[in-house]
Parts: sequence; C-alpha cells; structure tokens
Amino acid sequence: MSTSLAAAPGTTRAAEGAGGTALAVETSGLTKRFRGGQVAVADLDLAVPAGAVYGFLGPNGSGKTTTIRMLLGLIAPTSGTVHLLGRPVPAERAAVLPRVGALVEGPAFHPYLTGAENLRRADAADRTVDARTSRARIAAALDRVGLGAAADKRYRVYSLGMRQRLGLAMALLRPRDLLVLDEPTNGLDPQGTREVRALVREVAAEGTTVVVSTHLLAEVEQLASHVGVMSAGRLVAQGTLAEVTSATTTRVEVECRAPHAAAVVLGDAGLAAVTATPGGAGADLGAADPEQVLAALVAAGVGVRQFVLHRSTLEELFVALTGEGFDVRA
Amino acid sequence: MSAPELARPTPAAPRGPRGPRGPLALRDARLLGSELRLVLTRRRNLVMLAVLALATVAIGVAIEWTNPDPGELQPGEGPPFLASITENGLFLAFTALVASLPVFLPLAVSVVSGEAIAGEASTGTLRYLLVTPVDRTRLLAVKVLATAFYGFVASMVVVVTGVVVGALLFPVGDITLLSGTTVSYGEGLWRLLLVALYVSAMLTTVAALGLLVSTLTEVPVAAMSATAITVVLVQILQAVPQLSAIHPWLFTSAWLSFGDLLRDPIAYDAVARGLALQAGWIAVLLALAWARLTTKDVTS
Repeated sequence: MSTSLAAAPGTTRAAEGAGGTALAVETSGLTKRFRGGQVAVADLDLAVPAGAVYGFLGPNGSGKTTTIRMLLGLIAPTSGTVHLLGRPVPAERAAVLPRVGALVEGPAFHPYLTGAENLRRADAADRTVDARTSRARIAAALDRVGLGAAADKRYRVYSLGMRQRLGLAMALLRPRDLLVLDEPTNGLDPQGTREVRALVREVAAEGTTVVVSTHLLAEVEQLASHVGVMSAGRLVAQGTLAEVTSATTTRVEVECRAPHAAAVVLGDAGLAAVTATPGGAGADLGAADPEQVLAALVAAGVGVRQFVLHRSTLEELFVALTGEGFDVRA
Repeated sequence: MSAPELARPTPAAPRGPRGPRGPLALRDARLLGSELRLVLTRRRNLVMLAVLALATVAIGVAIEWTNPDPGELQPGEGPPFLASITENGLFLAFTALVASLPVFLPLAVSVVSGEAIAGEASTGTLRYLLVTPVDRTRLLAVKVLATAFYGFVASMVVVVTGVVVGALLFPVGDITLLSGTTVSYGEGLWRLLLVALYVSAMLTTVAALGLLVSTLTEVPVAAMSATAITVVLVQILQAVPQLSAIHPWLFTSAWLSFGDLLRDPIAYDAVARGLALQAGWIAVLLALAWARLTTKDVTS
C-alpha cells in the first residue's frame, strides 16, 4: 500500500497539503465577524489530512463551534474559503454534505417522536440515499450505538447519554467519508465515553476522516493522529500530535552530584532556561539533540545518575497555548 | 504531516448506497411525506382539528335546540346561512365555515405555520436538516406544502363534520341555492367541496405569513401569536370604514366571496379576484421568507 494518499476519486480539486496528502478539510483565511462586530473566528487555516483523526481543541468560546458551523455551511463566513473533501462549501454542499456525518453542538431531535422515528425523518431528508435500505440502515445505526432496545421510546424520555448516542447514530446512518463530531462524549458516563472512543477508532479504521472537538485532552491523546488548538478565534497550533506536543519545551532533567558543572555544560550546549538545584540541573532542550547533550555532560566529567526528557503533556501544552484564565473571552 | 501515519486505505468516494433513480421531485416526496406525518400526527395539531369539529357540532346542536322560525330572522341577522340550516342540513357546513373562518381556522394554521421553521430552530433540528443537506429553498417548499395541506384538512374537517351533523339533525335533500335555484344534494356536496378548496386557498396566505414570521425568530410561540394577531388586525382594518381605500387589497377582503360558489350559475368574478389576490400575497410573503431563510446564519 502506498504511503501517500492519492486524491479520492470523485474529488474535483486536488487538495494537496504540505506532505502531498489529500486534505479532507481545508480552510484558508476563514473569518467570521458577527453583526455585533465581534470576531468569533479570525484568519483560520485548517488542514485536516484525509484519514486523520483530528482533535480540535480550544476553550469554551474560542470559536470551535462557529468554525464547525462554517465548515457545514450553516453560517456564512465573512471572508475566507472552506473545502470539504476537496470541494468548496457552501457552493457544492449539495454534493459533498451527504458524504459528511455531523454532530453539531449536541444532539437535536423531535421530543415527541421515538428514536427510530427521528432517524426515519433524518433519512427521509437525505435525497441521495436509497429509501429501500432505510429500515435496515436505521436498525444497524441504532445497534451500532447500543440503542437498539430503546428504538421505540420517545426521545423526550431519553437520558443525555442516549440522546448523544442517537446523534451519533444519525451521523452513521450511511457510510461517510468525513465525520465532524462536536463534543461527542458530552454527557456520557465512562462506559459510554469508552464506547464512543472505540466507535471513532472503528470508523477511522474504515478510512473515514474524523474531526472531533472535545475538552477531554486525555481522549485526544489516545485517539487523535492530528490536533489543532484554537484560542480566542485563532488557530494557535496545528499538526500531528507528535509535532504539536514536541513544539513545546521538552525539559532535560539531569540528576548528579555536581549541579553547577552540569548547568554550565547545558548552557554551553546552547540550551535555554538552565536551572541548578542541589540534586541536579535542568534546561529546555529546544532543538538540541539529547544524545549529544548527554555525551557532552559525560565528556565534561559530570557523573550523571539519571538523564530524563520531560515532554509536556497535552494538558500543559493546552494551558500554555490558550491561557490559564477562567474568564470567558469578551 | 507525517504521511506514514495516514497510510490507511482511501475509500472510493462517494461510498455507500447509490442514489435512487427517478425524477428529483420524487426523491423530495420522502421529505414531504415525513413532514406531513409530523404535522398530521402531532397531538396539538390533532386537538385543534378536534376543536374545529366540536365547534361545528356545537353550532348544529345550538340551532337544533333553539330552532328559530326562518320567518323571524331579519336579513343580515346572524350568519347568512343560519336561517337555511333548518331547511337543509347541508347549510350547517357552510355556516360552520363562515363561523370559523375569521378566527378558528386562521388560528390553527397560524400555530402550524409559525411552528414550521421556528420550531425546528428551537429544537435544533433545523441545523441537522440543513447539514443532511436539505436545500433551504427545498425546505421552505416542503413546509409551505405541508402547512397549506393542514389548512385544507382543517377546512375539510369543518365541512365533513357539518355535512354529517347536519344530516343527523336536519332534513336532507335537494338544496335551494342563494340564487333561488334548486339543485340536487349531490350537486350541493360538489359546491361544498369547491367552497372548502376556496377556503384552503385563503388559509394558504395565512400559512405563507406564518412561515415568513417563523423564519424571523427561534421562538415558535412568538411566531404563532404574531401570525394570529396579524390576521385579526387585518380583519379589524377591514372593519374600519375610513380605510375603505385599502380594503380591496387586504388579504381578508375576499375571504367570504365563496358565497358566490353557491349561486347558479356560479359567479366566478369575485372568486377569481379573491384567488388572484391571495396568489399575489402568497408570492410576496414567500419571497420574503425565502430571502430570509436562504441568507440567515443558523446559530440555533
């Protein structure tokens, strides 16, 4: 199998990312200014490679949902362009949106209809599917999210978790090339969260690109191949999970009897933020090669007991990128 | 981006079931069917139909009890067909239509049409319909057809209840029309169907108004009440003699012209004018609703 992805057949535009891979989601200069003058999203350049599981992160009010609404053609961008699966949105949304399953800002259904009736209505709205397979697809989607037994209960008596599952079932009513899931684990218990994680893996393994916005950073670390981080309407980091987490400071921690000597070596090696404590020394690794740093320490006669590379967790990165604050952005 | 991580089979796109064959209009019939089922099975909408039927029964029973001597009624006293009901049960249906046309029927249509877009927006289902995707113009068309059909069903409920209750309480047989000609009971039923269709056309204007208001808000109750109040307001304007200059252009002005369908031969002039006036209003209201719906940001 080739390691580079050719543009999927049916795409009219060769959306090529930096690595030569097709992009399932691509925005350029995407900006939304609401009528009040508030800029919700500014100059956003998203690049989600085909086949990726893209963790879309950001604090509340950072513009994630507004971005997702623009991706799906629900609100019109003030400026900038959106391409989904290589096609421009909203211009060609009629052709591209049937290939996209979405869960936007929580599930929404008619409360007085049953789960199955709600899905029947959702399926009837899709003019590109075969009505004859409707019943089977609805039953399969309900089973897939574990709602088979509650299919004939009214939506109003569903628990929050069941509602969330029904939303996922709607997104999975037919095979999709792209899933956009906004907070899919919201309101789910730990078992439900695990199931959603398994579901996303399963769908991704079938080749579907998944964009998942979530606050659960541990989830993203387990699931995502790529991440994008938004803060105050701007994209502050984007790339593979490894790229993004390594972009932040990796600390070198050296445990030794001669902390000052070690600190000098670290400083000479060009490392920043050098500190010396009674038990050892530390510094930001930056672009330096850790093996050469260790060799330099040993060559300088520093008796190294322990040499640790401390990578920041996604949570530390997230806080570093988006701020510690608890206040809602004005 | 590291390419190896993405080494997954690319699905042939688009995957899944191929679209159904056949004309596009037929594919949209599924959504229309779903919409009709939604409108016609919702308990609140059924209760409103039941109230219309009950009102018709109440008129019939009240007349049967009081049973006025037709000679005692002066011209212009009471609904125009009241006196004739005791002669022929078929007139109960006409009387019930006249009685429910100013308020009950428009109110029922206001509720259903006000709900149409604003209701979907308030539950959030509007965003999911639009990402399905349902084209916004298509969505409006489906909503118009479904609410107009509800108006037709509502007027047919009044007519059918009127015919049945009228046949049970009063004499049935050949019917004397407003022009003095006597026609068969069957011909009377046919005229009644024409009247119901005319009333449905009048109610379609209310449906269009309700849809326009419904695109302006996310609160269905606000859309419903604004629509109903507008209909009442227009009828008040209609009753103010000083405003006679605008009366011919108010959409309620031709509502009662269906009396002309009960002449022999049928006097089509007023009926045709009434239909043309409604068509104009419907076109304007729907154009505004379309302009609003197709450009609005859906943030609900």
